[in-house]
Amino acid sequence: MARITASVYTSHIPAVGAAFDLGRTKEDYWKPVFAGYDFDKQWMKTHKPDVIFLVYNDHATAFSLQMIPTFAIMTGPEFNPADEGYGARPVPKVIGDPELASYIASAVIQQDFDLTMVNEIDVDHGLTVPLSCVFGEVKEWPAKIIPFAVNVVQHPVPSGARCLALGRAIGKAITSYPEDINVHIWGTGGMSHQLQGPRAGLINKEWDNAFLDRLIDDPKGLSQMPNIDYVREAGSEGIELVMWLIARGAMADVVAGGPKPKVAHRFYHVPASNTAVGHLILENAA
Amino acid sequence: MALDKEFNEIPGTIVFDAEQSRKGYWLNQFCMSLMKAENRARFKANERAYLDEWKMTEEQKQAVLDRDLNRMMALGGNIYFLSKIGATDGKSFQQMAGSMTGMSEHDYRDMMVKGGRRIDGNRRIGEDGDAQRPQQDPAKGR
Repeated sequence: MARITASVYTSHIPAVGAAFDLGRTKEDYWKPVFAGYDFDKQWMKTHKPDVIFLVYNDHATAFSLQMIPTFAIMTGPEFNPADEGYGARPVPKVIGDPELASYIASAVIQQDFDLTMVNEIDVDHGLTVPLSCVFGEVKEWPAKIIPFAVNVVQHPVPSGARCLALGRAIGKAITSYPEDINVHIWGTGGMSHQLQGPRAGLINKEWDNAFLDRLIDDPKGLSQMPNIDYVREAGSEGIELVMWLIARGAMADVVAGGPKPKVAHRFYHVPASNTAVGHLILENAA
Repeated sequence: MALDKEFNEIPGTIVFDAEQSRKGYWLNQFCMSLMKAENRARFKANERAYLDEWKMTEEQKQAVLDRDLNRMMALGGNIYFLSKIGATDGKSFQQMAGSMTGMSEHDYRDMMVKGGRRIDGNRRIGEDGDAQRPQQDPAKGR
């Protein structure tokens, strides 16, 4: 059977991708940001996944107002990095896992979550920046990746409770897949940031750290927090953090009442461009 | 059912909900068109003529010509869509976000390096924070 061994959480700030692509990672401004991901390179040597289920959001790149699905699972074989107006990022093509993705889609829809299945899509910084942060500069991504997009752009966006329950359904689906593979589930976006209006530049360090604490220890309680609290306390774009609850919901303690996950790594830094950077790695007990 | 009214009671913030999305449909779709290099070139060659190809309101067109991001937001724009205009102008996201605060580029960057804008006084309209200056669309009362 497939195993979910870990969940990884990280911001997906576009400026971090730009700094990476332009070779600026050693500059004073960026050094402390990338240092937060040094741990990952070593950790990945002993915890390498076969497949990453990567929860992210599209930022008006592939989804215009013509259509925005609330939850979309990418079932295609490969996905190109998108041109978001500055040219496509010079990073490897994303290789999907159509067999596992369609298995998950089928199993999750039958648990009453109405997913949209997408076969052709370009993936934006929301997906590729986390991969660059965690894996660094590589010729190809070391795992297959199933992109999973959540609407956090056009309100109302799904609640934390809905996201945690969806994560649980995804966790159940993956762990019933009859192949012996190692799967990670990643939640991306956040932490506190606001990109618009006179309140742009908002950072709420105390709130972010309390969010990390509760994500680790009390995901069910955290999932009851209403969306207005994210927007008010963590900024209009801080609402992206609901996506972290999808990854958290797929961990063994939430899926099957198993033991709490172990914190392998925790990192927080302000600022990267307009945003607070958060990063967490949780391991399921073996 | 509309969003809880609390979403409209955060200072210096416009929440992009289904109603804003409806108002801003063509403004945002115009922005999406700038993802293509040929459209960026046509827009830059004659902004007014390019805007006239879209079913936008005159107010929306003027806000684009003025590069008034706060006004564009009030008229239904969403920042991820509007950022395509900034990309066309060669601006970074930090420059765009900073331009909406009334601060200079340097002061905004400096504020971020020092830990960002504080939440205290900026949770609800009427508090005493630094994001309280009016930016609402008076016609809509938000």
